[in-house]
Amino acid sequence: MRLRSKCKNLEKLGPSQPGQIPLSSLKPGERGVVVGLSGGRGLMGRMVSLGFTPGTEVTLLQNYGRGPLLVTVRDTRVALGRGEALKVLVEAL
Amino acid sequence: MSETKASCTIALAGQPNVGKSTVFNMLTGLNQHVGNWPGKTVEQKTGLYTHDGQVIRLVDLPGTYSLTANSEEERIARDFLLRERPDVVVVIVNAAALERNLYLVAELLSMPVRVVVGLNMTDVAEQEGILVETHVLQAALGAPVVPLVASRNQGVSELIDAALRLIKNPDDFAPNRPEIRPKHRPVLAEIRSLLGGKITLYPEDWTAIKLLEGDTEITEMVRQSAQEAWERIHTLLKQHEDAYLDVAGGRYEWVGRMVRAAVEKPKAGAISLTDRLDKIATHPFWGLALLLGIFGLVFWLTYTAAMPVVSWLGMKVISSIAESVRQVLAPAPAWLTSLLVDGLIGGAGTVLTFVPILIVFFAVLGLLEDVGYLARSAYVMDRFMHWMGLHGRSFLPMCIGFGCNVPGVMCARIVEERRARLLTILLMPLVPCSARMAVIAFLAPAFFGKNAALVSWGLVAGNTLLLLLVGMAINRGVFRGARSAFIMEMPLYHLPNARTIGLYIWYKTGAFIKKAGGIILLASAIVWLLAYLPGGEIEGSLLARFGRWLEPAGQWLGLGDWRLIVALLSSFVAKENTIATLGVLYGSEANLGLAEQVARTLTPAAALAFLVVQMTFIPCAATVAVIKQETASWKWTAFSVGLLLVISFGAAVIIYQLARVMGWGG
Repeated sequence: MRLRSKCKNLEKLGPSQPGQIPLSSLKPGERGVVVGLSGGRGLMGRMVSLGFTPGTEVTLLQNYGRGPLLVTVRDTRVALGRGEALKVLVEAL
Repeated sequence: MSETKASCTIALAGQPNVGKSTVFNMLTGLNQHVGNWPGKTVEQKTGLYTHDGQVIRLVDLPGTYSLTANSEEERIARDFLLRERPDVVVVIVNAAALERNLYLVAELLSMPVRVVVGLNMTDVAEQEGILVETHVLQAALGAPVVPLVASRNQGVSELIDAALRLIKNPDDFAPNRPEIRPKHRPVLAEIRSLLGGKITLYPEDWTAIKLLEGDTEITEMVRQSAQEAWERIHTLLKQHEDAYLDVAGGRYEWVGRMVRAAVEKPKAGAISLTDRLDKIATHPFWGLALLLGIFGLVFWLTYTAAMPVVSWLGMKVISSIAESVRQVLAPAPAWLTSLLVDGLIGGAGTVLTFVPILIVFFAVLGLLEDVGYLARSAYVMDRFMHWMGLHGRSFLPMCIGFGCNVPGVMCARIVEERRARLLTILLMPLVPCSARMAVIAFLAPAFFGKNAALVSWGLVAGNTLLLLLVGMAINRGVFRGARSAFIMEMPLYHLPNARTIGLYIWYKTGAFIKKAGGIILLASAIVWLLAYLPGGEIEGSLLARFGRWLEPAGQWLGLGDWRLIVALLSSFVAKENTIATLGVLYGSEANLGLAEQVARTLTPAAALAFLVVQMTFIPCAATVAVIKQETASWKWTAFSVGLLLVISFGAAVIIYQLARVMGWGG
């Protein structure tokens, strides 16, 4: 429930263009390019220093529809909470 | 060796899981000092290393992904580099994940320090098909690069050679520094000129970049020391709030150039060893099954490998020492003998009996961490930790808490956010530690016969459920249902290193003995005093009077016998003291074990209630002490003790009354 309401907030936040989806909507094996980040400056600072800068390619490794996700970004596997993954906007490749 | 003899200081930097600690351990071995950074709860490790007759002081900085002050660790590492100015910084990078690792190097090269790069895990990289051309990388960075396999002690000495060469010839260091993306270069230049001459502590270039990154600490510093320019700077920063993306983006473009020049990678889509292992280890079902299996194995190992040693220590070593002290002290007054033998040697024995259990526990934990598995367990448990507003990282301290709550509480430091760390610490006493399990293992067979295993598992399951419920309640009630972010790197799997694990066991067990040893001894002496005064007989002592005074409350849960209450109270010293106290109070009857004697006085319902209290009673003295140390608050420490008092009493009353309704009241 909480996740769904966050989803709505996210849509309100950014003028999400067609083709732009949250990272959490990618399926295992799919790739995307980071196009934007939303959320607090502190969290975004961490995400950026971990390599989630706009233009970066990410590969989704594991996504069971609930719980955390596993992605590869810049040679590294990173576990992300679903809430955090919702705040990364990607364009699917 | 004293630190003053050191001729130079080398700081070790690196991201987590790159083998930085391995390098540090290789160099310093047992010649290290583990403490805290001044005024912080982050561990500080320094050590001495002698290289060709020259004594070098090594400082192990906290492992950080960047130096942007996102966390306390990052602030500590940054402040050390800027204020203490080590002679050289050795940054360890993982050759198998160079793109990510070079980000920290990019930040370091922008600081006023000289840098040597230790390219570690070249073996893991090769195994994954990644080839790094060291000399090309060195030329591109403008800083020395030394290839390493730290786990096999290859290249470590050459790394120090390179660092010492750089100290001797500082002009050889001509780093290629990253730049902000072109869009924000003009504003960076303007801020830098505004800062001109007003900042003395830090270099202007670096300070300007930090302002654009939105670094709160540096922003505050500039606001105070460059007041006349602040208004203009503030306006510029407001207009360019997105500049932080271009700062980080510029660094990653720089990293990209380095990687393209020096790294040869396999084609995408190749399946690595880590990919294959993670298919199981991070699977929502199989991952959980694997984790439970590992837990089972740890308990089995503890019982088969550590328990026999524990009982041998108790039966042979401690009692023979006690016997010889008793003989030596025969002419001395009775109270002195009693204090030394029953109070102090008993207390020291308690500390000693923990050691084999903790060694087994830390050995397994150190192995799992070194292999790279621990991060996976946090990932698998994240779903469940979310119920309590925590995330996977909090699972790691709880995991340690199963061995002993004391190191568990100390390990809660790895949880970055204060609220989540506090909740993790408050829940720790509800993690059944090995000492409590030992009491259950001793009493349950006598209490419940062939149902003992069932009851024991039921108690552990009930305890876990209680932890979940209490966690959810505290999160809702005290922290208003807040959630924290879960971002965690999953390291590549690699072969374990015996030396790393050995030192992990040595320092963790040592820290426990130092931390808990004194407190357990002191508490033992106090309890001895309460049980001795005023007449020297426990039946008439202050402790017994207090127990009798509590008897009416005990009746609620079927424990109307003061001896049981006193046994529970004495578990405050250390959880397994319950058994020792029962032993004293019930005396010894021939042909009947202690547990059987106690069992005869209890109905099944009361026996169950006794075990429930034992499992959930207030934390032991050593745990209370570290809770105070780690929360830095008497209020939260008192809250923790009070909470557990209420929980243990409440849970036991409910269980007892329910059991009576079920007809187990005898």
